[in-house]
Amino acid sequence: MPPAEASDGIEDDRLPAISIRGAVKRYGSIVAVNGLDLEVRQGLCFGLLGPNGAGKSTTMRMLTAQTLADEGEIAVLGYQLPRESKQARLEMGVVPQLDNLDVELTVRQILMVFARLYRVPRAERPAAIERALEIANLGPRADTIVRELSGGMRRRLLVGRGLIHEPRLVLLDEPTVGLDPQVRQELWSLIDNLRTSGVTVLMSTHYIEEAERLADTVAVMSGGRIIAQGTPAELVLAHAGEQVLEVYGPPEHLVEVAELASANGWASRRSGPAVAILRAETLDGLAPDGVRRPANLEDAFVALTGESIE
Amino acid sequence: MSAAATTEERPAGAPARRVGRLEPAALAGVMSRDVSIFGRYWKATTFSSIVQPTIYLLAFGLGFGSLVKYVGPVKYVEYVATGVVATAVLFSSAFPGMFNTFVRWQFQRTYDAMLAAPVDVEELITAEILWISFRAGVYGLAPLFVGFLFGLKPEPGMLLVPLIGFVTGLGFAGFGVAVAAVAKTIDNFNYVTSAVLTPMFLVAGTFFPVSSLPAGVSTVAQINPLYHCVQLVRDASFGQLGPADIGHAAFLIGFALLMWRVAVAQLGRRLID
Repeated sequence: MPPAEASDGIEDDRLPAISIRGAVKRYGSIVAVNGLDLEVRQGLCFGLLGPNGAGKSTTMRMLTAQTLADEGEIAVLGYQLPRESKQARLEMGVVPQLDNLDVELTVRQILMVFARLYRVPRAERPAAIERALEIANLGPRADTIVRELSGGMRRRLLVGRGLIHEPRLVLLDEPTVGLDPQVRQELWSLIDNLRTSGVTVLMSTHYIEEAERLADTVAVMSGGRIIAQGTPAELVLAHAGEQVLEVYGPPEHLVEVAELASANGWASRRSGPAVAILRAETLDGLAPDGVRRPANLEDAFVALTGESIE
Repeated sequence: MSAAATTEERPAGAPARRVGRLEPAALAGVMSRDVSIFGRYWKATTFSSIVQPTIYLLAFGLGFGSLVKYVGPVKYVEYVATGVVATAVLFSSAFPGMFNTFVRWQFQRTYDAMLAAPVDVEELITAEILWISFRAGVYGLAPLFVGFLFGLKPEPGMLLVPLIGFVTGLGFAGFGVAVAAVAKTIDNFNYVTSAVLTPMFLVAGTFFPVSSLPAGVSTVAQINPLYHCVQLVRDASFGQLGPADIGHAAFLIGFALLMWRVAVAQLGRRLID
């Protein structure tokens, strides 16, 4: 038997791009991050998946030292935070969840300001701006004031701005939240291109499909810590099995099915108008009639984070 | 993490530059944004900086001046023209310090965006204060130009006025940033404007000499930075700089340094949680 390998089967003894150990962040009596351990290897697209309030945004802010951890150790690109955070920020790009563009400036002016902030040498700034315009697909809008851009354009500009200095690590905080499907597709292909070109990506999201499609490794975050981690396929297999049996019917019947499931110790969850029984491949003859389908990441996610909404 | 390991991680041929504290490149980056914004609003800013002193000179210089011809040896209109320099500096530094800071931090989240780049809180705030003060120094000249139309005589010493305005502006811009950092809402600025800034600009020797005030008040005026600004501007503008002006300058520099550190500490506490 070969030695245990990392989940995607690639040996990697390089420094991790991100390493968080035992991070804790409290706001008064609220513990936003509660003993977080996280390691993101170089060249991966790493998805941080979790319900709202799981601590994803706090984690993202800790990586730029805009939030300081109360406990724990954080290193980004080999630099210790918060002491060397400025050096780390020089070499990474950040795409925030909330639009923080300067509405009074033009697209080009914003890119110019950030080219300077990221210390792009003067001679290289025009080319860097052209490249960012291309990434954002905003060439014809270069001289438009941001206030006049659509939501999707602004989101693309945020991405272009974060990539102006060709960073080797990019933090994307909920990159497609609130966008329509067309824009979302566009951003997904952009993120996929980044990964292909060797850039390490840490992306937080609460869209399961986004994590499933883009991420090499997914960590599920809940209550301020990682509760499961692996490739999407591994997570599905480990927490929802191979198949899911969906049983449809009137509400009374669904209640019966749920009771039957819990009496037999089957993992189940409400799935819209149906009850979904996980690990359907292990069910014996007692299984009720229903539709079998392959288990997906959503099944695993709900199994891990629970059905109740806080 | 050893330094050697860190170095090996970098892509070949791209030695990352080291960043330090209060870097000129970071200050220039933050200020380049201010310059771009200024490019959009300079007309309105310039208009109000010309019209305001004009109104003061018309109202006080001509209106009030029909009652008061001289303050000491100085014609009243010239007294007001030089005094209003300090008012112009105060308004063009304290107000941007308060309002711009609050809007960029709370509403536009510009500061959040910049702090995710390699810019420290200290650099961000220092650059903002420097830019505001630079502008205040330049616009502090406006009342003198208006004053020329009202009979004020150009003097070589007036070339020092932008510098005096700049140093005064540093203090008041820092004051404004610190106020913005502790304000709960933008309405809170009304307290500061009416209770602090308005008395400050009246009891500074702008429109009437501090010495004509009751003893208690005139002593309080001595700790008003604007008073020291007014004295310096007058002494420079009338060719009367003397040893006392070293004290005025020292007071303004001390005020600037103090407010700079208070602004960095107060806003830093709110920007980094």
